[in-house]
Amino acid sequence: MSETRDLIVKPIIANNPIALQILGVCSALAVTTNLKTAVVMTLAVMAVTAFSSMFVSLIRNHMPSAVRIICQMTIIASLVIVVDQILKAVAYDTSKQLSVFVGLIITNCIVMGRAEAFAMKNPPLPSFLDGLGNGVGYGAVLLFVGFIRELFGAGTLFGIEILPLVTNDGWYMSNGLLLLPPSAFFIIGLGIWLIRAYDPSQVEKPDFVICKNSKKEAV
Amino acid sequence: MAANNDSIGRTVTVTLLLCLVCSIIVSAAAVLLKDTQLKNKDLDRKKNILAAAKIDYQGKDVDALFNEKIIAKHVDLKTGKYVEKPSGYKDAKRAAKEPSLSTELTREQDIASIKRTANVMPVYLVNKDDALEKVILPVHGYGLWSTLYGFLALENDLNTVVGFGFYSHAETPGLGGEVDNPKWKALWPGKKIYAEGSMEPKIGLVKGTVVPGAPNAEFKIDALSGATLTSDGVTKLVQFWMGGNGFANFLTNLKAGES
Repeated sequence: MSETRDLIVKPIIANNPIALQILGVCSALAVTTNLKTAVVMTLAVMAVTAFSSMFVSLIRNHMPSAVRIICQMTIIASLVIVVDQILKAVAYDTSKQLSVFVGLIITNCIVMGRAEAFAMKNPPLPSFLDGLGNGVGYGAVLLFVGFIRELFGAGTLFGIEILPLVTNDGWYMSNGLLLLPPSAFFIIGLGIWLIRAYDPSQVEKPDFVICKNSKKEAV
Repeated sequence: MAANNDSIGRTVTVTLLLCLVCSIIVSAAAVLLKDTQLKNKDLDRKKNILAAAKIDYQGKDVDALFNEKIIAKHVDLKTGKYVEKPSGYKDAKRAAKEPSLSTELTREQDIASIKRTANVMPVYLVNKDDALEKVILPVHGYGLWSTLYGFLALENDLNTVVGFGFYSHAETPGLGGEVDNPKWKALWPGKKIYAEGSMEPKIGLVKGTVVPGAPNAEFKIDALSGATLTSDGVTKLVQFWMGGNGFANFLTNLKAGES
């Protein structure tokens, strides 16, 4: 039971795909200008990682190892197209905002990374949960970044005004930088710092240590 | 069993089967969801027409509002007169590909890089107390990567812009894609298409902020930064559709009070 729980809970903080594995950062920059797109993107990625891991795991014993990557890609790509079609049918406006990024889930390293690292060696159900967990972990970062960017960049949350803007006769002067992609780098960086301060075991050992200066005159 | 997986026969069978299953799933999704998607697309087009005409549709039934406010008609571009929809005419996009329904443009004419125009184009009118209030014209043209499709709405002087917006394009998000930015779209209302007494479109995008009161400011709109080619495309497509091969004949007729 606790193992199953670990599969879902661990990727949120202890083994977060963005914060620790540093995967899928590109799309995290692009879709976090407001919470609505972040939520839709989270759901889309969760569905794709979960089901692709499950299907890859289902046929893992029959997959020729020479073409396994392309087989995984076929499964992932098909799922992404299905998700894209569903989005166009039920949430047309949001799918227009997400534009190319739904299609780019195919190249999101999290999906492929989990298929290759976990689903190829584990049975379908744990693989499904692992995919779901990593989707949740990705989503947690997306929502964290999206929350900060939308609240301080536009003064709204889910499009509802929280901090009245100066331009609308309020008092809050919005920070335009937060609506631009680079700001997500800063926020993700700060987030990684926060997580590592909470859990120092994630801090990598330095590749080399600089020697102490032995000659006095150089100081 | 695992050792056999790598034989050629096995590889081919597994990949073929996988592709077959995947293609069935993908095409099933595409076919089953097509109706809803088309409905969404149509709704989106109507919303864009209403948005260009600055009619607020938030929280309202878009279909009902569209039918109530907007009168859709068809216009022959050459004569500039209203015509019945020709037989076999589904929409302007498809008609432009049909030789019998469209005209090929010469190089000099084709400033918007669209190669052919449909002979008959839809136009949308908004009436108030039986008098013309606004007219909404479909426009399209090539930007950097894609053809931009949009609507341009004019006041009843047939010169002042009410609103402008694109509903379909694939320009670079963040650069050319900023044609969708509400702040940029807000620069359009109040601008003039033609100089006094002329039917040559004068409107265009220029580099740098347009200061109100500067000479010819009413014909200039701030171009998109980092998107020179998209901006050029937008200028050209507006000039094409407002020019002699576009809607100029229709607008002249409409101004004279007949069509």
